[in-house]
Amino acid sequence: MTKLTELTLCEARDGLVNKQFSAQELTQAHIEKIEETRALNAYITETPDIALKMAQASDEKLAKKEELRPLEGLPIGIKDLFCTKDIRTTAASKILDDYKPQYESTVTQNLWDAGAVLLGKLNLDEFAMGSSNLTSAYGPVISPWKIEGNDRQFVPGGSSGGSVAAVAAGSALATTGTDTGGSIRQPAAFAGIVGLKPTYGRCSRYGIVAFASSLDQAGPLTKDVRDAALMLKIMASHDPKDATSATIPVPDFEKLLSGNISKLKIGIPKEYRVEGLNPEIDALWAQGIEWLKSAGAEIQEISLPHTKYALPTYYILAPAEASSNLARYDGVRFGLRVPGQTLDELYELTRAEGFGKEVKRRIMIGTYVLSAGYYDAYYLKAQKIRRLIQQDFEEAFKKVDVILTPTTPTAAFAIGEEPKDPVTMYMNDVLTVPANLAGIPGLSVPASFTKEGLPLGLQILGPAFEEGRILNVGYVLEQAAQFKEKALKLRTST
Amino acid sequence: MSEKNNYIQGKTGPWEVVIGLEVHAQITSKAKLFSGASTVFGGDPNTQVSFIDAGFPGMLPLINNFCVEQAIKTGFGLNAQINKISIFDRKNYFYADLPQGYQISQHLYPIVGKGYLEIELEDGTVKRINITRLHLEQDAGKSIHDQHPNKSYIDLNRSGIALMEIVSEPDIRSVEEAQAYIKKLRGLLRYLGTCDGNMEQGSLRADVNVSLRRPGEDYGTRAEIKNVNSVRFMGQAITYEIQRQMEILENGGQIDQETRLFDASKGITRSMRNKENAHDYRYFPDPDLPPLVLSDEEIERIRALLPELPDAKKARFIRDYQLSAYDAGVLSSELETVSYFETALKHLKEANEKSIKQLANWIIGELFAALNRDSLLIEASKVSPQSLAELINFIYEGTISGRLAKDIFTEMWETGEHPDKIINAKGLVQVSDEGEIATVIEKILNENQDKVMEYQSGKDKLFGFFVGQVMKVMQGKGNPTIINKVLLEKLKS
Repeated sequence: MTKLTELTLCEARDGLVNKQFSAQELTQAHIEKIEETRALNAYITETPDIALKMAQASDEKLAKKEELRPLEGLPIGIKDLFCTKDIRTTAASKILDDYKPQYESTVTQNLWDAGAVLLGKLNLDEFAMGSSNLTSAYGPVISPWKIEGNDRQFVPGGSSGGSVAAVAAGSALATTGTDTGGSIRQPAAFAGIVGLKPTYGRCSRYGIVAFASSLDQAGPLTKDVRDAALMLKIMASHDPKDATSATIPVPDFEKLLSGNISKLKIGIPKEYRVEGLNPEIDALWAQGIEWLKSAGAEIQEISLPHTKYALPTYYILAPAEASSNLARYDGVRFGLRVPGQTLDELYELTRAEGFGKEVKRRIMIGTYVLSAGYYDAYYLKAQKIRRLIQQDFEEAFKKVDVILTPTTPTAAFAIGEEPKDPVTMYMNDVLTVPANLAGIPGLSVPASFTKEGLPLGLQILGPAFEEGRILNVGYVLEQAAQFKEKALKLRTST
Repeated sequence: MSEKNNYIQGKTGPWEVVIGLEVHAQITSKAKLFSGASTVFGGDPNTQVSFIDAGFPGMLPLINNFCVEQAIKTGFGLNAQINKISIFDRKNYFYADLPQGYQISQHLYPIVGKGYLEIELEDGTVKRINITRLHLEQDAGKSIHDQHPNKSYIDLNRSGIALMEIVSEPDIRSVEEAQAYIKKLRGLLRYLGTCDGNMEQGSLRADVNVSLRRPGEDYGTRAEIKNVNSVRFMGQAITYEIQRQMEILENGGQIDQETRLFDASKGITRSMRNKENAHDYRYFPDPDLPPLVLSDEEIERIRALLPELPDAKKARFIRDYQLSAYDAGVLSSELETVSYFETALKHLKEANEKSIKQLANWIIGELFAALNRDSLLIEASKVSPQSLAELINFIYEGTISGRLAKDIFTEMWETGEHPDKIINAKGLVQVSDEGEIATVIEKILNENQDKVMEYQSGKDKLFGFFVGQVMKVMQGKGNPTIINKVLLEKLKS
């Protein structure tokens, strides 16, 4: 029998229902895996006691054969950006210190209500600001992926670095992430797993530590597409506590995985052949097109003319909102406080010590672009371009059903070899930010490897609230790519 | 419209003061603007705070639709345009009692646009003060600096409470106009039930912008006096500010554009921060709140909820009750006075021009005098509107004379009794029996034969003397109409 930590979420669900193992056994296996892989630094806070207690409760329900909840007894990890009641929530920042929320985020509440088991809180870039997980105050996460005969440690990507590392290493069946500019899809591609950023408004933002409110969206990180469909069904809901939450009904995404995409029109945006695109990724993109074509889809080149402005637009709007969202971390009511002689000194000392370098940089950029005299040139202009980018997609989706692109311009880089200037680092997000700016859903599916053996992903973008459609295309790609099988071969050969 | 000027004579010539008001009115609502926390005044510190109001991580604001309705009602009261789309912005600044690090306000697209308010001045002229806008915003908490030698305490009960900021055009030209404006606005808000107008508790406070100019010239540089919280202080603050600015200008100086505070204990204003230190609020649309979109149906539904407003009420009192403009104005300007008057009106046995005029006179005369004497508000009057109406009924029916009524009113004020009890207990019912009155008259005439002779020889003025004598004997209870009639007959014979 396959090891319990190698099961997918859906396989584990079926195993529990068929009494092949208990929720406590399943949870215990994952707790052991967490201990075994602690060097990856995926978890900031481990909650084994809570996990076993929840698993026990699930076993009781499973024994009674009551109407089973969809995630009954399935152990998962939560990005440490989601507030969890009475459980430390850090946002990977020193400024939140030992903060224990008195409330539960809507997304995590939905998961617990569905019977999921909490293994712990997962590492991330500080306040989700980063593409490498190197900015965490709790240290970097190390990717479980290695190159044969090479000691270099690779980044898992970010900001949901702990979330992808846990899934890839088998220390959680699935995890939650958040995606503001690619923070689910980029690390999913780096770690060879599936990551879905839903439509803006699909999952409630209530109780998620805010980075950039108009872009932030929670989504699942999973071992395969079916798991992502199952997770999203539970995570998504209309939440009256979030004024930006969508009222559109949540379908059963798993049922939409037909594998049939014949006649589906796939758009290939020419502007995504960006400078610095790794030739291996370019080749994978071409391969992806072929896979979909052989599955009966029609391929069509399209234009998203404002693509080149997406990255600069994102790096104006996201820091602007962040500079305001992070003003509340002032040492007055919760989290870290470094006392000062005056109120201003208290602010200065607390924020100087509490925030890391990247967070400070973004607060500075954001403050600058909102300042009198610069607002029109930066923030306002960026808002206008954002509208144009949205229109690009609206136009494109009149012609095609989904859009296929690579997820990232490069594969994961080794820790210590990361770009030293922030702008080059920001280039990591170039293929993912447009979806956030447009509010549309995007899915990253692991599809291939570099010749060194590091994972590469393909991204499928769809119109708002068409997660079911992109999941189905992802399902087809997944079957064509045979990524898991190749990975297994790769691993057994090393 | 008033065209008279209010120029102030300086040493170097006349000056005109230009005033604009930004009034912050706390919306009457059980819950805060973006959370369900209570808004009751006077709770123990930090007992009426939700995680939203305290700016905790991951908390999101949710608009309180009742507060929106209140703002729209107020907009109608200000004869203003209601904007079908308005946008909430974040006004960013750091302060210990501002938990989110920003105040949610409406910057470029307020919920209510241009309107006006008509004020009446003492000389009876009416002046229109234009309103620029009304927008919704949340209040900050309170910093308490005097509880500890080197610490400040923060009370967040007020944090997140809904405010309406009502901005006037710089149309105000004197202290009197400023005070008339704030009083009129306060009355209107109380009528509408959208703000309790309690200036002492801070439910209504004004930022006063004051500048001077030579008549006919462009506006001068203004100083803004923050958080003035009474009508009297407003007068003092403006008066002080006019003198201060005039002195600077007449000595060739320049006014700094700055924010000033009014020090009520000294009656002066002093500088708080100048333009260089002014905040850069970095306004931008709040991404947590979608634009506020109102449908025509919603706006019309709220319009239908409006009560009769002070100006309309005044016009109706003049038209239907034939009250003078002055009386109608006094009776309609304050919600409590109107309520007293209209309740009393319902208890008049016969409401006609005469009895209503009598009621108005009694409220504005005797009742107001008694309230002033005891420093009471009309809602705490010791004579209820029903009782006063009963008293008017007795006068109207001729049961008691006007003179006696004043004594009875005094008794009512002191004891809280209904007038009928007092009248019965003291036997104060007016005597209208002709026989009884005739007996008294005959006695008086007998005792004053000489005066009767004088009267009959043409000294008409003596008629009043006889009436007085009769009233004296009858202890004021004689019906004056009957006395006059019988006396005239007796003197003729």
